[in-house]
Amino acid sequence: MSSTASAPVQATGAAARPMPGTLRLFWRSFAENRGAVLGLSITLVLIVVALLADVVAPHSPIEQFRDNFLTPPVWAQGGTARFLLGTDDVGRDILSRLIFGARLSLLIGIAVVALSLAVGTVLGLLAAFAGGFVDVAIMRMMDIVLVFPSLLLAIVIVAILGPGLFNAMIAVAIVTLPSYTRLTRAAALSELARDYVTATRCAGAGPLRLMFNTVLPNCVAPLIVQATLGFATAILDAAALGFLGLGAQPPTPEWGTMLAGALQFYQRAWWVLAFPGLAILLTVLAFNLFGDGLRDALDPKLRR
Amino acid sequence: MLRYLLRRIGMIVPTFVAVTFLSFMLIRLVPGDPIEVRAGEHGVPPERLAEFRHQFGLDQPLWKQFLDYEAQLLHGDFGTSIVTQDSVLHAFFQLFPATIELSVCAILFAVLVGMPLGVIAAVKRGSGFDYGLMGISVTGASMPIPWWGLMMILIFSVALGWTPVSGRISDAYFIDPVTGFMLIDCWWSDDAGACTSAASHLILPTIVLGTIPLAVVARMTRSAMLEVLSEDYIRTARAKGLGGLRVVVIHALRNALIPVVTVIGLQVGSLLSGAILTETIFSWPGVGHWLIESIQRRDYPVLQGGTLLIATLVMLVNLGVDMTYGFLNPRIRR
Repeated sequence: MSSTASAPVQATGAAARPMPGTLRLFWRSFAENRGAVLGLSITLVLIVVALLADVVAPHSPIEQFRDNFLTPPVWAQGGTARFLLGTDDVGRDILSRLIFGARLSLLIGIAVVALSLAVGTVLGLLAAFAGGFVDVAIMRMMDIVLVFPSLLLAIVIVAILGPGLFNAMIAVAIVTLPSYTRLTRAAALSELARDYVTATRCAGAGPLRLMFNTVLPNCVAPLIVQATLGFATAILDAAALGFLGLGAQPPTPEWGTMLAGALQFYQRAWWVLAFPGLAILLTVLAFNLFGDGLRDALDPKLRR
Repeated sequence: MLRYLLRRIGMIVPTFVAVTFLSFMLIRLVPGDPIEVRAGEHGVPPERLAEFRHQFGLDQPLWKQFLDYEAQLLHGDFGTSIVTQDSVLHAFFQLFPATIELSVCAILFAVLVGMPLGVIAAVKRGSGFDYGLMGISVTGASMPIPWWGLMMILIFSVALGWTPVSGRISDAYFIDPVTGFMLIDCWWSDDAGACTSAASHLILPTIVLGTIPLAVVARMTRSAMLEVLSEDYIRTARAKGLGGLRVVVIHALRNALIPVVTVIGLQVGSLLSGAILTETIFSWPGVGHWLIESIQRRDYPVLQGGTLLIATLVMLVNLGVDMTYGFLNPRIRR
């Protein structure tokens, strides 16, 4: 096959040229994966759309056009170019709501991942460095979180804190915490056994310096992958909470909440249901493809 | 083996106590005083409230209340619904067969469809089929369940009229719940119409709940098969002149099964998460639907007891899975 034949040629070619930078090497193996590039492209488009929502969106996401309840999308019978993807039951433009919803979804992803990544990393490092009782206590706590089905635990947390987008984000962050903690702990433990850590310790580095300056940078690769995939999970879980009426509250244009709003009308107005779900699927798919590509590119062991 | 068993059971006890503590705190953390919630919204005189408080032991110190709660649980008292006055444990076991029936069907669907697809993709590695299947698999794993379920209803129930929209069986039939598993009960009752009705009600929820496990199983089978197919003993088997199908199914698949079965075992938690959404969409009278309703009715004792029961079940399933591994793989036992 051509791929096996070209491999040695590529290797000699790379040796002849000056050593490419780590970033270029990474990009080369990342770009080989077409799915990953597709995921990254969709992600970039989403970010641009979210940032420029005020400019791109044809209407306000909450403005109600009282003469246009449940207008079908432009290509269907009865559709108008004024509302490309149609309107919902109170005459709001669906396209504009989706565009502003992109902003919310990315915000949810960033907030949830940042929170659980930060807390999870610190807990994981603590467990790995302190060992003994602290280690056992932290890891048992994570086991307890994992005993609950994630959505059920998120529901219980929201029941305690009260429904709303902010509380839903906290709930999802808590639910996803164990994966970051476990990953950091495992990576840190394998690094701690290495000579360079002993050398740094002998040179008189304090525990904090050892943790964050010496060990953490070498544990980053799996965390980056997990964070990208965690983005997808966060958006999916927040949308599920929104659908159950426990996340963002109407009239917020959050995609999951829009699905819940479509419940009463979807049998006669499919577009009210179809487009928000497609937006969720496309976004989650983009982050999953991107994350898979990152994993393949960052971890040569897992490459096909 | 016995030592491993005891140690593993020893580990579960503190986890269980911690989980019961969380569920004990839940009812105290939700908005609203438990007694006022229990007594309802109408004005009850403060003396009567104090009496209630005493009756439920809520004037005791917190640690005492927690011990009482533990004692209650050990006696099988998981609380009482405010709305129906029914015991939570009783309601749970009445609804749980519906959830198991749906979950088992979904897992069977995922395995029966996903495994062959994964095997074919691994054998035809790099082909259009392989890329197509992996693309579908990552899409399936990214699927927002509520949307997927409603779209299926829209297409197959509303537009095409092939399957019913919701519920477990048509109202035209009454099947005495002997086991609680509708398919078995229908089969038992010898009513062909009821059997067809129950099966047709199962199709869409099974596909919706099975989609994510299907994606995971297909993907996992493919990568496990790829690994096994490159082993020396596969080459030996081929060199012996064994047929392609025999090598793939008998030699390779059997060894590839171990990681795949592990993954299926790990899906229990995420399956229950999916079941909550699937049951809500299809009005499937299971535990997930019941818990979501309990939140909407502010029936917190149900939420508390139901969550605790589900967590306990997940713990027991995990324990069982670990035991099986310990039994199958002597290296884990130490």
